Amino acid sequence: MTLEQPVLIYDRIAGNRRNTFILLALFVLVLAGLSIAVGIVIGLPYPLAPFLIIPILIFAVISYYSSSSVTLGISGAKEVTKEQEPELIRKVENLCIGAGLPMPKVYVIEDGSPNAFATGRDPEHASMAVTRGLLDKLDALELEGVLAHELSHIGNYDIRMMTLVVVFFGLTALMADFMFRLTFFGAGRRSGNRGKGGGGAMAIIYLIAIVGAILAPIAAQMIRMAVSRQREYLADASGALLTRHPEGLASALEKIAADPDPLGVANKATAHLYINNPLREHKSWLNNMFTTHPPIEERVKLLRAM
Amino acid sequence: MLAILIVLIVLLAVVIIAALAMLGMYNGLVRARVRAREAWSGIDVQLKRRMSLIPNLVETVKGYAAHEKEVLENVTRARAMLEQAGGAAQAAQADNVLTGALRSLFAVSENYPQLRANENFLELQQELSDIEEKIAFARQFYNRNVMDFNTRIQVFPSVIIANMFNFERFDFFEAEETAREDLQVSFTQSN
Repeated sequence: MTLEQPVLIYDRIAGNRRNTFILLALFVLVLAGLSIAVGIVIGLPYPLAPFLIIPILIFAVISYYSSSSVTLGISGAKEVTKEQEPELIRKVENLCIGAGLPMPKVYVIEDGSPNAFATGRDPEHASMAVTRGLLDKLDALELEGVLAHELSHIGNYDIRMMTLVVVFFGLTALMADFMFRLTFFGAGRRSGNRGKGGGGAMAIIYLIAIVGAILAPIAAQMIRMAVSRQREYLADASGALLTRHPEGLASALEKIAADPDPLGVANKATAHLYINNPLREHKSWLNNMFTTHPPIEERVKLLRAM
Repeated sequence: MLAILIVLIVLLAVVIIAALAMLGMYNGLVRARVRAREAWSGIDVQLKRRMSLIPNLVETVKGYAAHEKEVLENVTRARAMLEQAGGAAQAAQADNVLTGALRSLFAVSENYPQLRANENFLELQQELSDIEEKIAFARQFYNRNVMDFNTRIQVFPSVIIANMFNFERFDFFEAEETAREDLQVSFTQSN
């Protein structure tokens, strides 16, 4: 894998905007296909079937706009002011100046496990959360490295992209599941009732529906993981460029990985957001393919080679 | 007749494409220049903050260490130099002098325990060191944008547009060697 990284934040944003657009187009296509298939299976007359995508898109838009506050809510993050955490806020301010970004809202999670995440659909609506453990266990340069990494996610519009991926992933799984049930338990009878001609065509549609229902969530999951891992490497690199001190982030990552406390407030749904996978999972090649973060040793090695 | 028509259409297309390309390049240059100026204002804000704190600092120090005339004068002089500086190169030079003068002021202050106990002084010291760090980050952002703009107006073919419309180079804001050494980060690596 080669990481080409433009030096100017503007160029990185342009590249990411293009990718987001392609991804979005892909999402709409797959969702449209799925909803037409669902429409046919549940027996909607053909011209109506495509309209099934409208409620689905409305759902997607709502998830997209509320995801940031939901994430902060379920992780128990509290917003902090400059009076409460002067060191932290000052560091974020300085890094924002260096990156040319507006100041995000800063949150602290009262949890002893060191970790951090950023969220928000664009830099103007961005938030960044760090755990108490991160503030306590890291030294100044390490903390700066982690904050720069999170700010890079904001600056590169990674969060918008990841939110889209997650919303899409959820919807695909939901619809595939729906279709799977229908095909097996409901729609069979109906097609029997109709039972004149068209049986072959219906069988093919069912076959496609079943294969799609099995493959779509797997594919969506793999896309999600691949995108997430690539964004992590990129944020490591842009963060290091910002602090001019890759060693800070490298040693922070080692500390975070070596920390025995698991993060109490993390779960599968929010794992991709954190700087390192907060779930302590066992290692295997299969798990590697479906993990949201590249292995820490690999990230540290790359940082030390910069 | 047909041949002439085709030639005309092709010529027209070439002219239109060339004009569009020029327009795109011109807009790109203007955008890069706006970014560089905006990045400059990021430095400027911090420089102004820094200058505004200095009279207060000088007064406070005078109260405890009035005979450290030379050190105090150096700070005041450097501040005046910065205030009159025109352009990034001069401002950078003046700012570096000011950083040095402040550093010796704070070094000297170590000899005055009463001054070190003054809350106002400590606050000013902390704020000034924060501003120094902010200037370093703003400098980084500014220089990166300037490098982008200066490169654009020197490379072919946008150099033609740049000369036509008098796009001028920006000066870098260069710091004297600071604590944070500039580290080469390579942008391409294979995994």
